[in-house]
Amino acid sequence: MTVATPAPAPKVQTPLKRFLVEFIDSPVAVLGLILLVLVVSAALFAPWIAPQDPYDLSKLDIMSGMLPPGSADMDGNIFWLGSDEQGRDILSAILYGLRTSLLVGFSSTAMALAIGLVVGMIAAYAGGSIDAAIMRLVDIQLSFPAILIALILLAVLGKGVDKVIVALTAVQWAYYARTVRSAALVERRKEYVEAAQCLALPKSRVVLRHLLPNCLPPLIVVATVQVAHAITLEATLSFLGVGVPVTQPSLGMLIASGFGFMLSGEFWLSVFPGLALLITIVSINLVGDQMRDVLNPRLQH
Amino acid sequence: MLVFLIRRIAQSAIVVAIMSVLVFAGIFAIGNPIDVLISPEADEVERAAAIARLGLDRPMYEQFLSFAGNALSGDLGTSFVHGTPAVRLVLERFPATLELALFAMLIAVLIGIPLGIWAGLRPNSAAGRTIMAGSILGFSLPTFWVGMLLIMTFAVWLGWLPASGRGQTVDLFGIPFSFLTADGLKHMILPALNLALFKISLVIRLARAGTREVALQDYVRFARAKGLSPVRIVGVHILKNIMIPVVTVLGLEFGSVIAFSVVTESVFSWPGMGKLLIDSILLLDRPVVVAYLLVTVLLFIVINLVVDVLYSLLDPRIRLGSAKA
Repeated sequence: MTVATPAPAPKVQTPLKRFLVEFIDSPVAVLGLILLVLVVSAALFAPWIAPQDPYDLSKLDIMSGMLPPGSADMDGNIFWLGSDEQGRDILSAILYGLRTSLLVGFSSTAMALAIGLVVGMIAAYAGGSIDAAIMRLVDIQLSFPAILIALILLAVLGKGVDKVIVALTAVQWAYYARTVRSAALVERRKEYVEAAQCLALPKSRVVLRHLLPNCLPPLIVVATVQVAHAITLEATLSFLGVGVPVTQPSLGMLIASGFGFMLSGEFWLSVFPGLALLITIVSINLVGDQMRDVLNPRLQH
Repeated sequence: MLVFLIRRIAQSAIVVAIMSVLVFAGIFAIGNPIDVLISPEADEVERAAAIARLGLDRPMYEQFLSFAGNALSGDLGTSFVHGTPAVRLVLERFPATLELALFAMLIAVLIGIPLGIWAGLRPNSAAGRTIMAGSILGFSLPTFWVGMLLIMTFAVWLGWLPASGRGQTVDLFGIPFSFLTADGLKHMILPALNLALFKISLVIRLARAGTREVALQDYVRFARAKGLSPVRIVGVHILKNIMIPVVTVLGLEFGSVIAFSVVTESVFSWPGMGKLLIDSILLLDRPVVVAYLLVTVLLFIVINLVVDVLYSLLDPRIRLGSAKA
């Protein structure tokens, strides 16, 4: 949007700055943001901070299998969150699983956002029968629960991280298309768009430089909440056995593989990955809630 | 009204037709069911016989045409795994799912409305804030994980409730139901609670928002001024008025409860149609997946239609003719 101008006008507040000032107003949201930063960096730096590489089979020692949390094996390695039946450190598995979960959540949201943006803009700008056709498709898709559509798509596509991303993109694009269309319909009637058109700017410039940036705030809010949805959905699908493959487990997969042991009292296999999932989702939701309050045009001024 | 109904049914028919083409084309690509269904030790003759029996040797469009023709007469093929008609298999499992979904809805209303009213009457009290924080948690917690925690707590550690299955069932009109026996009810509590969790959070929010709005209305103030007891004000004046949005949303959400029962049924090994779907996907049992889908699509269309019609009956301000269908 606006570039921060250095010096003489000190009173000028850029939108970004105002956003930041208003965002840190809520301590809960700041806590959520800190948690989110921690979670994302834990995922990014997993290979360096994890005590062991959980998928390097040569590093696993079956003798240190099924250790409860906090116990050490014979070499003195401490398993803070316990180990699974193959002697895999649960903490390391969680850190690596977080990578897969976040990868799926963020990339499917980004792709759905891009598709929804284009489709929604086309619907708003073209109007008429194109608009009606697109919106009818969106209505039909949104009348079915996301989990059902994703389940069926994955039943067709098979397992794989890339396939889960495709399925979640297909599930989500309709939300963005609807949001973008309604935002664009409001914005295009405003005076600045008329002014830009009067200046005989090319249509592409009006759409990209004037209309688009002003449609972004509601979209960012939807996208934040949708990342959390996508991560939950991925975990659920992997739990059901139609998500990511065993070779690249996500948090949902870890929870699922620990499920069998839960009945015999080995709770740590499932409970800790579940807590990691919960912390991730709650932190994203806290940040998203505050963004909605800050970016909501009705609450401004 | 009649025009609306006809238009809606025509639209629904198109949706079903498109879905069935997509589903069939998609499921056809799912993999080769021959590898799964025929034992690797079978010789060539046995293989060929099995392929011919299942109709897998014919070209794809021919398979689709015979599929579509049979589908219209309610025959969606025979399950590769069970050897019984796929539609019958799905419909046989339907009562279990329906029973679970209805019980979950009941729990959502019975827990959600009192908590929501409480939070709405005292929005700034500690209890009100706790209830709202709890409802945010209810939205954030993944269903399957909560189900596992429920099993761990109530079945493994405390040993109060069974963790899986339907328990003892009693036949009603020839259909087995669990809610008529004590054992069946015990089996139903955990899965139903799990399925209800998300809806409890939703009902709390609806009831709270409704109560805050209604409590400021003149008729509530008047009732209070008249000296009516708080119980009567809440029970009659407030409750009645917040029920309209709650009932509407729950009606709309019923479909999603059926869909989400896929997860709950898998966690609790509840023999409903959701578990059947997952089992069939994992076993590549094509006809059952297709049958589940088409039955569910029909169910959704019926639910949406009924909610739309009921809505117009409850609230005369909504005209169906102009509403986007």
